[in-house]
Parts: sequence; C-alpha cells; structure tokens
Amino acid sequence: MQAPEEQTMPVRNGAELLLDTLTAQNVEMIFGYPGGAVLPLYDAVYRQQFRHILVRHEQAAAHAAEGYAKATGRPGVIFVTSGPGATNAITGIADAMMDSTPLIIFTGQVGTQAIGSDAFQEADILSMTASITKNNYQVHDVRELPRIVNEAFYVATTGRKGPVLIDLPKDIANQTTNAPFPAQVNLPQYQPTPTIDKKSVAQLMQALSQAHKPVLLVGNGVHAAAAQTEVQRFAQRYQVPVVATLLGLGIMATDAPLFLGMGGMHGTYAANMALTECDLLINIGSRFDDRLATAPQKFAPHATIAHIDIDAAEMDKVIPATYQLVGDAKAVLKLMLRSSAARPDVAAWQQQLQQWQTQHPMHYQKSATEIKPQQVVQLVGELTHGDAYVVTDVGQHQMWAAQYYPFKHQHQLITSGGLGTMGFGLPAAIGVKLAAPDKPVVLFVGDGGIQMTSEELEVIATYDLNIKIILLNNHTLGMVRQWQDLFYDQRRSATMFEHQPDFMKLADAYGLKAYHLTDPQTVATDLTAAFATTHAALIEVAIPALEPVMPMIAPGHANNEMMESD
Amino acid sequence: MRRVLTCLLSNDPGVLNRFTGTLTRRQVNIDSISISPIGDKSASRVTAVIYLNDLAAAKQLVAQLNKQIDVLEIDDITEQPHIERELALIRVNAATNKRAELFAMVQPFRADVVDVALDSLMIQITGSREKVNALLRVVQPYGVTKVVRTGVAGFTRAEG
Repeated sequence: MQAPEEQTMPVRNGAELLLDTLTAQNVEMIFGYPGGAVLPLYDAVYRQQFRHILVRHEQAAAHAAEGYAKATGRPGVIFVTSGPGATNAITGIADAMMDSTPLIIFTGQVGTQAIGSDAFQEADILSMTASITKNNYQVHDVRELPRIVNEAFYVATTGRKGPVLIDLPKDIANQTTNAPFPAQVNLPQYQPTPTIDKKSVAQLMQALSQAHKPVLLVGNGVHAAAAQTEVQRFAQRYQVPVVATLLGLGIMATDAPLFLGMGGMHGTYAANMALTECDLLINIGSRFDDRLATAPQKFAPHATIAHIDIDAAEMDKVIPATYQLVGDAKAVLKLMLRSSAARPDVAAWQQQLQQWQTQHPMHYQKSATEIKPQQVVQLVGELTHGDAYVVTDVGQHQMWAAQYYPFKHQHQLITSGGLGTMGFGLPAAIGVKLAAPDKPVVLFVGDGGIQMTSEELEVIATYDLNIKIILLNNHTLGMVRQWQDLFYDQRRSATMFEHQPDFMKLADAYGLKAYHLTDPQTVATDLTAAFATTHAALIEVAIPALEPVMPMIAPGHANNEMMESD
Repeated sequence: MRRVLTCLLSNDPGVLNRFTGTLTRRQVNIDSISISPIGDKSASRVTAVIYLNDLAAAKQLVAQLNKQIDVLEIDDITEQPHIERELALIRVNAATNKRAELFAMVQPFRADVVDVALDSLMIQITGSREKVNALLRVVQPYGVTKVVRTGVAGFTRAEG
C-alpha cells in the first residue's frame, strides 16, 4: 500500500468506490433488482449512469449474468438487495457453482449495527451461500472494499472459475473515505495456476503412441480455458476421436469427421460405445458427472484413464486416473502438442467407430401429422447456419437441442448442466443477447420451464432483444414424465398440464411477436417467416406429448447399455 | 478409518463454517476438533479427528478442503509420526474419607487437582486420548459428575 499523502483520493462513499472499482475491472453492465439495503448502490448507479439491466426477479439476475459469463468467459455481475433479494438469487448462484461459471454477486445487507437482530429484510446470506460460492465476503470497513472486490474478481476468474459473493451492509455503502485504493489482491496461499507435471505429459504421450483405441473426452474445462483450437489441432494430429459432454458441445464441429457426438445418458451410440471400448481415455476438463459416467464402476472398463483438470480435487473423485494432470486445459494441451510422440495406429479403431456411426446414427420417427421436436431443432440449425448462440432451459428440449443442433463454436451452447435448473433459459438468453448483440440468439424452452421465469419476457421487450424463443410445447413436464413412463409404470404424477396459459396472449401482453406452429407440412416455412423478424419472437411449436428422448441409458447402467428408439 | 487432519485457517468470521460445511456436505461427522488463533492471530490452527470409509475418501476430503480460499494449509498427518494430546477436566464426587485415595490415584497419571469443594474435586489431566480414558475409568466408581475434553490437538514430529 502506498502512503496516503502521496495519493489522496476524492471523497467517495462505499457505493461510488464500488462502482469505480467495477469500472476499473472493465465491467460493462450489471444485472440487478433494487431494494432498501441497496439504495446507496442504486443511487450511485443513477448518478454514474452505470449500465444496469433491470430484471423482474432476482433469480433471473443471476441466470442472466450466467448467460453473459458463459457466452463471453468474463464474469457476470449482479446487484440484489438483502433478505429476499439475496435468497432469490441463490438458485442462480448454485447453478453457477455447479458449472464453474464466474459471477460476482453483490448482496445488500442491513446496517452493521442491525446485523443479527432479525432486522427487516435481514438474511444470513454468508452462511446460506457458503457451499455454493467459491468464496464469500462481508465488508466491515469501506476502505477494504476495493481490495475485496478485486479479490473477488481474481478468485472468480482464475483456477476453477465460480461465483464469489460480497455482502455489503448499508452503512458501509454510505461511509465516505478518501483513502487510496488498497486494491492489491492479498491471497498468498491461493495458487490458481498449478505447475504442470511435464513428466506426466511425456508419459501420457507415450501411452497415446501405443494405444489402439484412444478417445478424447472434452468438457466445460476446455471452454473455460478457451482451448478449442488446441483440442482440434491435437485430435487432428493424432487422429484421436472426440466425445463431448453436454457442456463440451461446440468444441468440435458437429460434422467434424473425428467427432462422435455427446456421450452419456442421452448421447450418441458411437460416443457411448467408444467410451466403453476405448483403451485410452483422455479426459480434458470434464468431471465424470453421473450423466456421463452413468455407472462409474463399469465406466470405460478397458481403458487407461488420463485426467486433465485445473481442479486437483477432481482427481480420483469419481473415476481413478493413471495419468493425472492438474492444470489449465490450454496449457496442458500446448505441452502435449509440443511432444514428438508417434501417432498411434488407429486404423482398425476408426473403422469400428465409423461402423457404429453408420449403423446407429441419431434418428427419430418422422411424422406427417405431427411436428417432431428434433425436426424443429434441425430446421433452426439450418436457418441459423449452426452459428447461433443456443440457449436452453432444462428437460427434454435441452437434450433434443444438444443432440440435433449443429454446434461448431466454443461457448456456443448456454445451458444449465450440473444443477439442471428449470427457469434458467429465458433469463440466460437475455444475458447472452446483451453480451453479443450482433449474434443470433435462439432459446429452446419447454412449457414447464418458461412458466418459471416468464416474467423476464418484459426485459426482452424493454430492451428490444432479438431473441428467438422456440417454445416446444408438449403440455407435460416431459423428462420427468419420460422417467415415470419408464420406471414408474406410467403413473404420470403431477407431470401433465391439463390447463395452460395462452402463450400467444402472454407474448402479446408483453408486446412481443408470437407465432403458433401446428402444421408439420408448413413448419419449415413458418419457422423461416418467424425468424425473418428483426425483433424478438415467441415461437410456440405444438409437439407430441409422449415423444421420448432417445437413446437413453437408464441410471446406474453402463454406457453400452443404451435404449434406442425403434 | 480414523484420520487426523491439521490445518491453518484464516481467523475470520464464517471460515470455520466453511470448513465444517465441506465435511457436512460429504456426510463426514467430526469426532473432535480443536481450534485457536496462533502467532499474530491472523490465522488459527485446527486439529480435526474424523472417521472415513477409506483412504480415497480421505484424499478427496483433503483436496476439497484445500480448495477453500481460507484454508491456508492442510495436512492429513495420520500416517506420519505425530503427537496427539488432549486436556480434560473431570469433576468427581469426593467425600472427605475418599480424598486421600483419589489424590493417590491421580498421581501416576500426573494429573492435578485444580479445584476442591466440600464434596467434590476437579481433576485436570493432559495426555494422549488413551491416558485420559484410563483416568476416567479409574475415577468412574467415585461418581463423575461432569467432564470436558478439549479434543485432540496435535502435529507431526520434527525430522531427525
């Protein structure tokens, strides 16, 4: 810290100091919702004309910030008030934690003197968010604010990324100071950039040379490290086929010859067979989630496992690995690319994979009388040339989007992977569109999920955000219904919507264009017409109620035990 | 299996909450925990004794704790040569005619009588968990009315 007399600063209150620190961190917008405890913050927002996106519910602020962060790789910032404002944001914070998404959450708090007195709108948000944040802080002195904010950004965006929460008591936001920025981060024990063990890299490359059936598994860690180019170069050079997790989609172009598709519960036949039959599995930035490794005891039974992850705690957490490489995916891949190891002989393996791909392609029963959801995703893929940001909610439509959209860019699929949060899609799409106003943004959402955060349609209208909302309406909570049909003898408990809002009127109420697609003969032209508008459109598509997501691996079954559609 | 963890935590509010929360989330019960600030009081030294199913679970737990920003150091010292000590205060009934007997009994344990009342004594003992248990066993017949144990504190022996 420099001596105060050298660097006297203008007198500012905590709120102004906070916004100045955010400006220094290159924050371009805040997603938020005002309230009593954040009045000083919002006064500073007003006076500084800081760009603020007013959502309609605090959960949406968190999801919009997630959308922003997932699309850009930069942290999303949210302001919410104390008590209910903070607790409403919790779902989004938990979602961000699960998907390692960098968020900075500012929660208002009652005045320092009132903390612990059960004051109006008081909640102990630090305790509540301890397990769903990478770290959290409460500010006790206005002079600490810049350091804490900078630490929060540093922690959120380094190592395994994640949400960091700062609880700001109202009196601290009002306190004035002319103290100089003690802004230096002081976290000597936090070492987010591990030294990569070069010997392990060499051993892994040696093992790759000798492998006959190698597979690369790519997950969210590749997006986090922005290592798409390195993955593609490596796969190409060593002719290693690639399987993606849900969050790893986009790293390989869907039509790339080496790409086998998504693995796991609703993955492709070839991807799951490759995971089962491979003799060397190189996992880059995936955490062997149970939707991928559906039966850990039986996962990749013939394979030597290599695990590359920035988070040392992922090693041996689910699947024990012979080669453990703790490090940033890009940095590790660069070292791997520097190796002069010989290419493995994979001719027979490629032939086998090709056979699986040809014999078991992704397919669905086409229909002349009903619009199939898979077909809608394919049509949207064609209309957008595979270049749109694809945002999804959670459920069947999410899987259809993952299975049938022709992804090709990193950060392209914006979805709630780990937590599986219904209601994520609509607000996340808002964050994505604001982050990338010149890029097409498509949201796939179900009739269940849209009703969880439909209030955010107003934000789309207010900011005139050109988001194409594809509402796949099957009048059911389709994924849960699918499980009930398969595992609960078709007892469809609480999953059938007998009554629904008129979504056309709902869109109209917000002043948004709406289309209702029901005719399979004209669905392609109808979609094209709806996509022609340069404003937002709610495109409701009537789909069959009982369409299942296939293929499917029942929970607890191995990757090669897939159910397939007829 | 019993594991002894020793770690250094930032001495800030909520940090112990995060530490124990990491255990709770993985259904790990704490057998004993001792914590106190050390040095300039910016950090606290913790000794925690926990029970886990296997070595893999222990490694995983240490890795998860190590991720916490406010866990400055963490080590599983179970397999390393180390010292474990505990302090206990024991109140035991002691009618006048039993006192000499009790005084004599605690002596081999190098325990001290730290408080004397009309019909009871308070004994302070420091030592290994086994030693504390042994003393408790022998004074039990006199009527133990209250016990407090600090839980295990420990760290590794110096090399050489």
